[in-house]
Amino acid sequence: MNAFFAIIHREVLLVLRRKSEALTVLFFFLIVTSLFPLGIGADVALLRKIAPGVIWVAALLSTILGLQRLFASDYADGTLEQMALSPTPFVLLVGGKITAHWLLCGLPLVFLAPFIGIQFDLDLETLRTLILALLLGTPILSLIGAIGAALTLGVRGGGVLLSLLVLPLYIPVLIFGAGAVFATSAGLDVGGHFSLLAALLVLAIAFAPWATTAALRIAIE
Amino acid sequence: MNIMHSSSSGRYLNWFSFSSPATFYPLAARLTPFFWGLSILFGIVGLWISFFVAPADAVQGDGYRIIFIHVPASWMSMVIYMAMAMWAALGLIFNTRLSAMMAQALAPTGALMAFLSLWTGAFWGKPMWGAWWVWDARLTSELILLFLFLGFMALQASIDDPRRADKAGAILALVGVVNVPIIYFSVTWWNTLHQGASVSMSKAPAMAHTMLWGMLLMTMCFWMYTIALALMRVRAIILERESHSDWVKTLKELRA
Amino acid sequence: MAGVVRSSHFLFMTAHFPSSLASSVANGQLRASQLTCLRGERILFEGLDLHLDAGEWLHVRGENGVGKTSLLRLLAGLAQPASGGIFWGGLSITIDPSTYHQHLFFLGHRDALKEDLSALENIAIAAALDGQRISEDRMLAALHRFGLRGREDLPVTCLSAGQKRRVLLARLLLRSSQLWILDEPFNALDSQAIKMLERVIGEHIAAGGMVILTSHQEVAIPNGRVIEL
Repeated sequence: MNAFFAIIHREVLLVLRRKSEALTVLFFFLIVTSLFPLGIGADVALLRKIAPGVIWVAALLSTILGLQRLFASDYADGTLEQMALSPTPFVLLVGGKITAHWLLCGLPLVFLAPFIGIQFDLDLETLRTLILALLLGTPILSLIGAIGAALTLGVRGGGVLLSLLVLPLYIPVLIFGAGAVFATSAGLDVGGHFSLLAALLVLAIAFAPWATTAALRIAIE
Repeated sequence: MNIMHSSSSGRYLNWFSFSSPATFYPLAARLTPFFWGLSILFGIVGLWISFFVAPADAVQGDGYRIIFIHVPASWMSMVIYMAMAMWAALGLIFNTRLSAMMAQALAPTGALMAFLSLWTGAFWGKPMWGAWWVWDARLTSELILLFLFLGFMALQASIDDPRRADKAGAILALVGVVNVPIIYFSVTWWNTLHQGASVSMSKAPAMAHTMLWGMLLMTMCFWMYTIALALMRVRAIILERESHSDWVKTLKELRA
Repeated sequence: MAGVVRSSHFLFMTAHFPSSLASSVANGQLRASQLTCLRGERILFEGLDLHLDAGEWLHVRGENGVGKTSLLRLLAGLAQPASGGIFWGGLSITIDPSTYHQHLFFLGHRDALKEDLSALENIAIAAALDGQRISEDRMLAALHRFGLRGREDLPVTCLSAGQKRRVLLARLLLRSSQLWILDEPFNALDSQAIKMLERVIGEHIAAGGMVILTSHQEVAIPNGRVIEL
């Protein structure tokens, strides 16, 4: 377990040394969400309706931006190989990296989202649902995205290819996550949405680290 | 070469011997015309039933007949994805190149079926509901399935090393297979949430027996077509990937 | 550039750290049989056998592109051979890779260092990832032995190529695994550092360790065998 926390510590340290990379992802999130009112018009009722979808899609795209860096630098400088050859199980270290990615990329989105929600005139109840749904959903995005990042490691056209591979797999999370927020704003019950999100999270935790590790081993070969 | 040596007494067919591209190549050549024949046969009977035997629908008139292409194409796209994932899994478990080549051969036809399903869906939708595209659960799932096929093909095309491309594609296909039911379920959920149930292609008219037969026959036609095409494609892939080996160099068709 | 603040103090735990080398000397035994290696669809080598016991080392030689790196990566377990097996202490390395990794240290072409971290941080984190507990004093001693006194806290980007390799040598020593697989370890080292490395390898062999390395130059260490690919 020590190794698990050590790798999270390492990732945090690396991001602190080079803050700009992590911050660009957050700025992207802010910019993308601002584009929609600019493109559609400032009709408040309409904005309130599209807010869940817009915020969630922006979260998906921002996560994908951050995924490209997940394994790329380790692959380039040889530390990924060392992780594969460590006495500590590789899957544990990979799990640590994914957790660190969520802490550095997903969690900030959860904190930023309410502010965007206010820009779109969402009420307090809806904002609360938004935060909770993103809290459940962003780890799933990191987990599934890691598989795509591992598959496209070092491959030509990696960034766009990653998006093509991962976005279809994100669709269930988008549907349940945005659906939950929409349901709250319409006054409906969100229990079902959250149960499904939680189920997806459990499924992702159970399978994604192993699929990612297998894909990484293939990339390292 | 990963040829598995089983202690065969010679009386039983050694299936694993066919996992060598060299042995499978001529076998595929012999099987292909057989499947083409079946495909044409099923196609003729199926189309005849679709257009002449099945009665006109009370509500939709004759325009509904495109269902005989649309539904089989949808079914086939699903079947092909399952088959592709199965071959990919076999290739991963047994480390056989041929299994991975089969998966690679199936993908384009799967994408074609998904596209055909969407295209015919649009042609059905326009006269029926006045829109080229409706966000129906089945159509939307079909669209996502098309993306999954395209993603698989794009990934394999982007990786230079063929063995790595095989294994990476296999993992993607397996992840996809787990996700397809989840995606379908979530899209169905989304559809009932946001739209009335008025627009739904799965609410087909009460099926006359003949209509069902027409669809089944057309499905068989597409299935045989898929197999024939996959066999042809896999032969091309074998030639391309094994081009350096001796048995390819001595092939009749290349010695022209 | 100002030195990097040592923010990773909690990782440096002072603990008694048993010498794994002594306890595993008796088991040290690497066997490879009938190895076949493919690159793409081309056969690099096939039917290769090799064995290595404690206190021996192997020099893998050959032209560029003949498969030296591929062989080393196969032996380390990074890649799977097309056929054949690799055995450590009689057991296939695919059965219990974790144990094999405990006894193995692999050095590839790349530096395996995080450029934004200091040399000391790199070593400390690498040790933590490998499940080792090494005191800060021992880490500093190793870095100083390889001539990096005063540079332990600089981000690694500030070090020269030769200095980066010396950080890896320090890590090599601290890891104290029995089998070292080194791919072109003498690259980018000056003559003084080369002698240093040769001495370190010699001491390791004498203490019962095992080394497999590739190098274009002659390596003056006793008890070695050569494999030509």
